[in-house]
Amino acid sequence: MTVELRELRRSFGGTVALDGLSLTIEQGELIAFLGPSGCGKTTALRCVAGFERPDTGAVFIDGADVTRVPANRRDAGMVFQSYSLFPNLNVRDNVAFGLRVRRRPTDERHSRAAELLELVGLGGFGERYPHQLSGGQQQRVALARALALQPKVLLLDEPLSALDAKVRVNLREEIRRLQLELGITTIFVTHDQEEALSVADRVAVLKSGRLEQVAPPAEVYDRPATPFVAEFVGTMNHLPGRVSGETVEVFGQFLPLDGAAPGEEVDVLVRPEAVRVTPAGDGRAFILASSFRGSIARLRIQLDGGGEVLADVPGHEAVRLAPGLKVDVTLVERPVLTAPRTAVAAPVEPVA
Amino acid sequence: MAGVTWRRVTLGVAGVYFLVPLAISVWFTVYNETQGFSLGAYGRIVSAPGFTESLVKSLLLGAAVIVLVLLLALPALLAVRLGAPGLRPVLETITTLPLIVPPITYVVGIANALRGGTDALAATPFWQTLISIQDENFPVVLVLAYVMLALPFAYRSLDTGLRAVDVRTLVEAARNLGASWPYVLFRVILPNLRSAVASASFLSLALVMGEYTIAALMGYRTFPVWIVTISGNDGQLSVALSVLSLGLIWLLLLTLSGAGRKSK
Repeated sequence: MTVELRELRRSFGGTVALDGLSLTIEQGELIAFLGPSGCGKTTALRCVAGFERPDTGAVFIDGADVTRVPANRRDAGMVFQSYSLFPNLNVRDNVAFGLRVRRRPTDERHSRAAELLELVGLGGFGERYPHQLSGGQQQRVALARALALQPKVLLLDEPLSALDAKVRVNLREEIRRLQLELGITTIFVTHDQEEALSVADRVAVLKSGRLEQVAPPAEVYDRPATPFVAEFVGTMNHLPGRVSGETVEVFGQFLPLDGAAPGEEVDVLVRPEAVRVTPAGDGRAFILASSFRGSIARLRIQLDGGGEVLADVPGHEAVRLAPGLKVDVTLVERPVLTAPRTAVAAPVEPVA
Repeated sequence: MAGVTWRRVTLGVAGVYFLVPLAISVWFTVYNETQGFSLGAYGRIVSAPGFTESLVKSLLLGAAVIVLVLLLALPALLAVRLGAPGLRPVLETITTLPLIVPPITYVVGIANALRGGTDALAATPFWQTLISIQDENFPVVLVLAYVMLALPFAYRSLDTGLRAVDVRTLVEAARNLGASWPYVLFRVILPNLRSAVASASFLSLALVMGEYTIAALMGYRTFPVWIVTISGNDGQLSVALSVLSLGLIWLLLLTLSGAGRKSK
C-alpha cells in the first residue's frame, strides 16, 4: 500500500503549514517526518488521517484519492502523542474498539484483542484500565488498538515524546520490529533526529511546509541536501574555506570537494566527529569548554584567527583535553560539503 | 498544628451555621406545646390537595429541562472546543446572561410574546402552537424558560467535565477507528462525562424544583407554587414542606452523584 502526497497546501489564518508538499511513501516502508515544530510534519500526517483537509493538493492511499474521505472511513490506524486510550474502557475493550464499531461478534473481538496485546508484550493486561498503566504501556495499547483493524497505513504522531528516555528507546525499537514483522506502510512523525535516524527506512526533513530532503538516514546525515538539513540533523561546523580547483583549503589543509562549490569563498561543513584535536604547546587554538557525554566529549575550541569549532573526541580523552589547553586542530581527510559563505566560523550551538 | 485547629474551627462554625436552623426547623415540625411530639404536619402534606399532582408536574418539567439543556449545551460545547475555540468567550457570555437578567423580566417578556398576534392569526398553526405550549398540565413554555435559567449551571458543569478529558484526542482516536459522529458523542464522550452530566442534571433539577417567580406569575401550579399556596396559614405545615423538599433534593443529589461515580 503506497501513500502519495501530491502538492499539499494548507494554511491556518496567516500561517502556512504545508507549502506544496509532494512525497510518495512506498509499500512496507517506515518513513520519518522530521523537522522543528511548525514545519508541517504533523499537519501532513493529519491530512493522511483525515483530520485536516488540504486547501489544495491530494492524498492517495493505495492509488485511491482519499482527500475528501472522512476520517472514520479511511484505512489508517493512528497512535497519538498524548495518551488517547478511552478512560472508561479496559485495555481489551480499547483494543477492540474498532471491531466493536464494526459490529464484529464478541468472540472475535476478544480473541483479536488478546492476540494484539500479546504482540505488543502486554498479554494478560486486558482487564486493566488505562489509569492503571504506565505511559509506555498505554502507548503500547494504543499501538495494538491502531493495528487491530489491520489498516493499510500506520500513522505515528510523536508517539514517544511523552515518555522517559529509556522507555522511549525500547519502544521505538519495538515499533520498528513490529512494523517490519507486519510489513505495514508507516509514517512516523518526530522532532527527535536520533529517533528518526535510528528507526526509519527513509527520513523526510521538512521545513516551513516544504520538503528539504528525503533519503535514507545515513545519506541525510552524511550528505545533507541543504544547509538547513545539515544544521538540523546532527551538528555542523561552518569553517571558512577557499576553493581552488577540485579541492578546498581550510585550516591550511586541502580537502577534496564533495559536489560543486557555490563560489570561491565558501563555508566548509564539517561534523564535530571529523575534527581531530591534538595537544600542542605551540598550538594555534585552545579549548574553551568541554562537555562530557559518556562515550564522547564535545569540545568547544577557540581558534587563533577568531571563530570557534566543535570537536567530538573519545570520552576517555576528556581528562587529557581539559579547558584552557593549547591544541592543534586538523580535519579528517575526506570529501567535504560546502555552502555559501555565511559566518566567520561560528557554530550556533553552545557546547553544553 | 495551628492549621488543623483552624480547619476544625472553620468546619465547626460552618456546621453550626447550616445545621442549627435545620435542626430547629425539624424540631418545630414534630413538636408543639399542646400536642407534644407528633408527625402530624408531615401527614397533612401528603393529604393536602394537589400534592402529588404538582410534584409530578415539577418532576416531569425537570426531566424535560434536563434532556433539552443537555441536548443544547453538550453539542455546542463540543463544536466550539473542536471547531472554533475562538468562540468560547462568546458562548461563555451568552450562557451567563440568564444569571444577569432577573426572572421577572423573563415573565414580562414571555407573557407579552404569548399575547402577541391578533385574532387574524387564530386559525394558523402558529397560534395553535402558542396555545399548546401553554397547556396547564404540561406547560412547555415553562420548560423553555427553565432551560434558559439552567443553561449557566449546565454549561459550567459540562465545561469543567470536558476540561478534565482530552476531548480532541479521544474524538480523533474514535474517528480514526471508524466511529461515526453520533457514536463518538454517545459512546465515547458521554461515558467519560458521567459526573459532569450528573451534576448538570442535578443543578437543573434543583432549579426547577425551587423556581417560584416565573411559574407563579404565569399562573402554573408547580411544586414550589403549590408549597406557597398551601402553607399560607399553617406555619408548621410550611416548615415541614421546606424540610421535606430539602430532603427530597438531597436524595436526588445522592442518586445522581452515585450514578456519576459508577463510571470511575
